[in-house]
Amino acid sequence: MAGMNTKSGVVYDARGLVEPDPEPPMTAEIDGDSAVIDATDLTTRKINLELKRIVYDEGVNNVTIVNPGSKHSLGVGILKRCNITFEGSPGWYACGLIDGPEVQINGRVGWSLGENMMSGSVVVEGPAGSLTGAALRGGDLVIKGNVGARTGIDQKGGTIIALGSAGINTGFMMQRGRQIICGDVNDGLGDSMYDGVIYVGGKIASLGVDCVPGEMTDEDHEFINRKFDIYDLGTPPELQKFECGKVLHNYDALEPSERKLVL
Amino acid sequence: MCGIAGIIHRDGSADIGAELTAMLQSMKHRGPDSTGYAMYGQPDDLVVVRFMLAEPNNMGGFGMDEKLERNRAEVEARLAKIGADLATIQSESGGYAFRATVRYGGDLKPLADYLEDIDGCEVLSLGNSLEIVKDLGDAETVHEQYQLGSLKGTHGIGHVRMATESDVDLASAHPYWAYPFADVSVVHNGQLTNYHVWRRRLERMGHRFQSECDSEIIAVYLAQQLENGLSLETAMKHSLDDFDGVFTYLVATGSELGVAKDEMAAKPLVLMETDDLVVMASEEMAIRALMGREVESRDPFEREVLTWQV
Repeated sequence: MAGMNTKSGVVYDARGLVEPDPEPPMTAEIDGDSAVIDATDLTTRKINLELKRIVYDEGVNNVTIVNPGSKHSLGVGILKRCNITFEGSPGWYACGLIDGPEVQINGRVGWSLGENMMSGSVVVEGPAGSLTGAALRGGDLVIKGNVGARTGIDQKGGTIIALGSAGINTGFMMQRGRQIICGDVNDGLGDSMYDGVIYVGGKIASLGVDCVPGEMTDEDHEFINRKFDIYDLGTPPELQKFECGKVLHNYDALEPSERKLVL
Repeated sequence: MCGIAGIIHRDGSADIGAELTAMLQSMKHRGPDSTGYAMYGQPDDLVVVRFMLAEPNNMGGFGMDEKLERNRAEVEARLAKIGADLATIQSESGGYAFRATVRYGGDLKPLADYLEDIDGCEVLSLGNSLEIVKDLGDAETVHEQYQLGSLKGTHGIGHVRMATESDVDLASAHPYWAYPFADVSVVHNGQLTNYHVWRRRLERMGHRFQSECDSEIIAVYLAQQLENGLSLETAMKHSLDDFDGVFTYLVATGSELGVAKDEMAAKPLVLMETDDLVVMASEEMAIRALMGREVESRDPFEREVLTWQV
């Protein structure tokens, strides 16, 4: 595989770490620009090795993974534009650290979907667990069901759209980016947020520390309509806007270079 | 990190032992140290006593076989003395865990106390339908050791443990029986930070603790609340305010199964509910291991308390 070299029989990966099981299983069925991986009998490691082989080495742009079986950490670290479809539900940490892929998940996901994702999109037809979009940096996460607690914790960019309701501490310590929660949100909405915007369609149990209502502008409506159009989500509901009150964190005391570090 | 699982058949009895094993084995990555089951079969007049006479870690020591034999005879003698008519008694493979059935109509607390007064003896469960089985190793190991394939029941809860706050031994393994209440058991995933406060409080009320494990608090706490006359659901709701820390726990009685999540929703739970069957586990893959297909499931939110009747 690309980035690997051998020294005295031991295989090292691109980071110089020992790679104990470097061989992809070579079980995918490739048909022109599409491929299908049956994940039934494969481990997480083998599924991801096969996915990377198809996308990077074979240059295939449309990959379908069938029978993901709620396994964790599927489709992580793909740094190339391509289309990935999951027929079924992956488990936790699905599509973390991706930069480019457009992912369609025909099922549900567990905790930490799209963790630290850089760009691309993930559309989930079912619900998602807690920590959805944790430390999200860019791209769009669209969840058509409910999301769990701490959605977009530490979010640093990108957009999270949930058509259902959200749990406690949605947008906790959010630093940039946007969230559109169409249903209700539980306690502590936007707790300790630094920046960014959260739109909520349903009832709000309570606002977190330093999260305040904002005023909807034309730009907000344009943004929401544009996102709903892209993902064919119908007409957006009536939304309230919430943003940072800027009294909890004392930015102005920081030097510009330090401020860059914080964000 | 631990893994918990629960299952209720609302349309009659099923192979609850094999089903829980399939679920718990799929979550081995959440806890390889010990595995435990609390299973509920058809209740009858006999009281099932599950007890152990030694820790598996201590087996093979000098004179251990003689001591076990002596203590087993002492258990039988004490059962007779307290008026519990022994119907059956069998030793599980390993030689330190036992299952007995007795005819006994009296109070369970003196029975449990009298048996636990024997050196090394711990009563794992007492009740008309509850069977608690727990041991070191993964689910398939325990399943084989205790031959759970033949165990039928309507509902049960299970636990795979990764020891974080206390020892890897049988006393610290889940599920916990809610001493001295018949047929009440608890499994827990999380940490309770006001453990010592509640332990002192409950000890002053006369409850006993077998381990240093924080999860034992939940079982004893719920037992105390039930003794005060509260329903299971109300007792569980109170526990959300009384316990500090992070937890998702399952509790089962002869006729009910319940789940409670802490106010931060810090520990996972996935729930699948149909008319005949309710299945829940820390991770969705455990539900899939049972169903063998895609299922519709949801994650309960924080502070949710749910109970189901069998």
